[in-house]
Amino acid sequence: MAFRSHVLVCAGTGCVSCGSFDLGSAIEREIARKGLAAEVQVLRTGCQGFCAAGPVLIVQPDEVFYCGLKTSDVAVLVEEHLLKGRPVAKLMYKPAATHAPIPTLSQIPFFAKQRLVVLRNRGLIDPEQIGDYVARDGYLALAKALSEMTAEQILQEIKLSGLRGRGGGGFPAGIKWATCRQAAIHRGVDPVIVCNADEGDPGAFMDRSIIESDPHAVIEGMVIGARAIGAKQGFVYIRHEYPIARERLAKALDQAREYGLLGTGILGTAFDFDIGVVQGAGAFVCGESTALMASLEGKVGEPRAKYIHTVEYGYKNQPTNLNNVETWANVPLIIHRGAAWFTSMGTGDVSDNPWNGSSGTKVFSLVGKVNNTGLIEVPMGISLREIIFDIGGGIPNNRKFKAVQTGGPSGGCLPETHLDMPVDFDSLTAAGSMMGSGGMIVMDDQTCMVDVARYFISFLTEESCGKCTPCREGLRCSLDVLTRITEGKGEEADLALLDEMGGVMQDTCLCALGTSAPNPVVSTVRYFRDEYVAHIRDHTCPAGVCKALITYSIDQATCDGCHACVTACPNGAITGQVKYPHLLDQGLCIKCGACLDACKRDAVLRA
Amino acid sequence: MPRLTIDDLKQLRDRTASTLALRAGVSRARVTVHMGTCGIAAGARDVMAALLAAIEQQGLTDVVVTTSGCAGLCSREPMATVEVRSEAPVKYVNLTPEKMAQVVRQHIVGGNAVMDIALAAGCETTG
Repeated sequence: MAFRSHVLVCAGTGCVSCGSFDLGSAIEREIARKGLAAEVQVLRTGCQGFCAAGPVLIVQPDEVFYCGLKTSDVAVLVEEHLLKGRPVAKLMYKPAATHAPIPTLSQIPFFAKQRLVVLRNRGLIDPEQIGDYVARDGYLALAKALSEMTAEQILQEIKLSGLRGRGGGGFPAGIKWATCRQAAIHRGVDPVIVCNADEGDPGAFMDRSIIESDPHAVIEGMVIGARAIGAKQGFVYIRHEYPIARERLAKALDQAREYGLLGTGILGTAFDFDIGVVQGAGAFVCGESTALMASLEGKVGEPRAKYIHTVEYGYKNQPTNLNNVETWANVPLIIHRGAAWFTSMGTGDVSDNPWNGSSGTKVFSLVGKVNNTGLIEVPMGISLREIIFDIGGGIPNNRKFKAVQTGGPSGGCLPETHLDMPVDFDSLTAAGSMMGSGGMIVMDDQTCMVDVARYFISFLTEESCGKCTPCREGLRCSLDVLTRITEGKGEEADLALLDEMGGVMQDTCLCALGTSAPNPVVSTVRYFRDEYVAHIRDHTCPAGVCKALITYSIDQATCDGCHACVTACPNGAITGQVKYPHLLDQGLCIKCGACLDACKRDAVLRA
Repeated sequence: MPRLTIDDLKQLRDRTASTLALRAGVSRARVTVHMGTCGIAAGARDVMAALLAAIEQQGLTDVVVTTSGCAGLCSREPMATVEVRSEAPVKYVNLTPEKMAQVVRQHIVGGNAVMDIALAAGCETTG
């Protein structure tokens, strides 16, 4: 008996951490109690994208989106919507500006402005049921590749699509694949393909969500790639910190093997290919391709010189083609719908040369000081303004936009003047940032750009493998300088010193972790130099973040002695009699800002 | 689960595609069973069960079934509205499980609204 209604409960890691597994079970129990079990099916899907509002679910075919759910909402939801067909307004999404509920996906700007290609199945399929993937045309691209195309034709299609690496390098996939295949033929050695699911950038979770929502898209892409390159063996290198993704991937691989879509004699042809999964062990540097391959071989994750290309000598010295999760997930659609369809999205003209544009879409994790944080997919060429204000819903608490950081620790910060810039590989690089793997961090006027630079350098200092001196020592020294600046001990010569060290690192570091490490510093100095000068020369932090440079005090004229700050202060730094102006002891103050938040009279000053 | 050949894969897709399409709201016809308290008291749940059974029996894969609140005419419950794409919606009243099955056969499959058990064709004006 077909179900008349589907309740699609998000079971991506974000919503799971807010209790969506329990929510789903509660809904199932209530549905059974109301006698609806034969009519309404409850499914757990991967991340539906709107992570700020979790736990979320969608009721289809009504397309109604519910968010911020608790188990106490279940009874009302089942009775009112599932039984009586009256969508429940109080459980719907309400934008911060208007508080008016918006019922359906296509009306909510966060969803309406996205273009789902890689994420086409999210929220619609159960990622642990291969049947759902097949019902949405899954593995048809593989069937076409195996029965109607030669390896060269597959390579040509990928080249013509202009697909560029989605892990940060933006290198044309078609060229990489072809080079790997040629090297294998020339050396008479089997090639290997690898999927990079290490995703080390802080704040990035695109690859995690792709694997959690639609693991077969990645698997199908890899099988097609293996066919094109001539590989019999493939690996997914997935970071240790992604347990749900690892589990879903393992189940998907098992189901694919059962169906004969992986392993020996794929789809009844003579093509053999299988995929092994290897876990990372918590090192950011292992997202770098040569370090990843070392780790894959069981060695310590350290990079090596890049003049030996891994497409010729990679994993165990075999020609190795490594691509990011999102890159692989684009492959089935390119083969199924054609390169021309793919290039109809994006910027530039990749018909002759994939380097001349950015075709297709990009998945971003939109986080930071923005109302609608979550996972989005947009066509290349959309502006930063549309992403941050239309999809993201703008800056919370009526604060002012200050900067957006893209590309993780290898990227840079872009200010307000760049909001109308198209988002694509080359525009971002020209502006001093980079696409990176898709992390996008929005910052408001309470973010200190010097502190942002210090944060990224501190992260990289911890993650540097230590093999090459410019990275190991350059990062440690840059961190010292930036920390001094945030403590009010900066010197006039510091900016020149950071610039010089950055230059040396860009020229001489062994891998991209080191060569791109200066980027956050360079871009913040370029666009926010005034802030650095304020820290160094004036010993102030305009954003009010750097603790050593801010002082809290209580305005004796405005304070009416309501005592709220005394209750809020965790360190007993404020004293005073009720109804008399209070006093803040600088010696006990830990600069946490709790008093400022608690005061309703604007009597707490921060300078 | 036996290993698939390319033909097996295509047939599996053809068999199951409509379920996923329905899940996404793609359909040729939509039947709304009115489930206000009045409707439920008058037997709308049995009418719903009969509707779903008839759809399964007829092997229909392009019909969306949904519920809504009370349509306003409580004395004629159970009621259901049938909307076939590009035709006016038809409101059926005083339904029983047998009449619901008849509507599925004659209207949704056969293409002819069963006017003698219908209230009216067309929508009420609003606003």
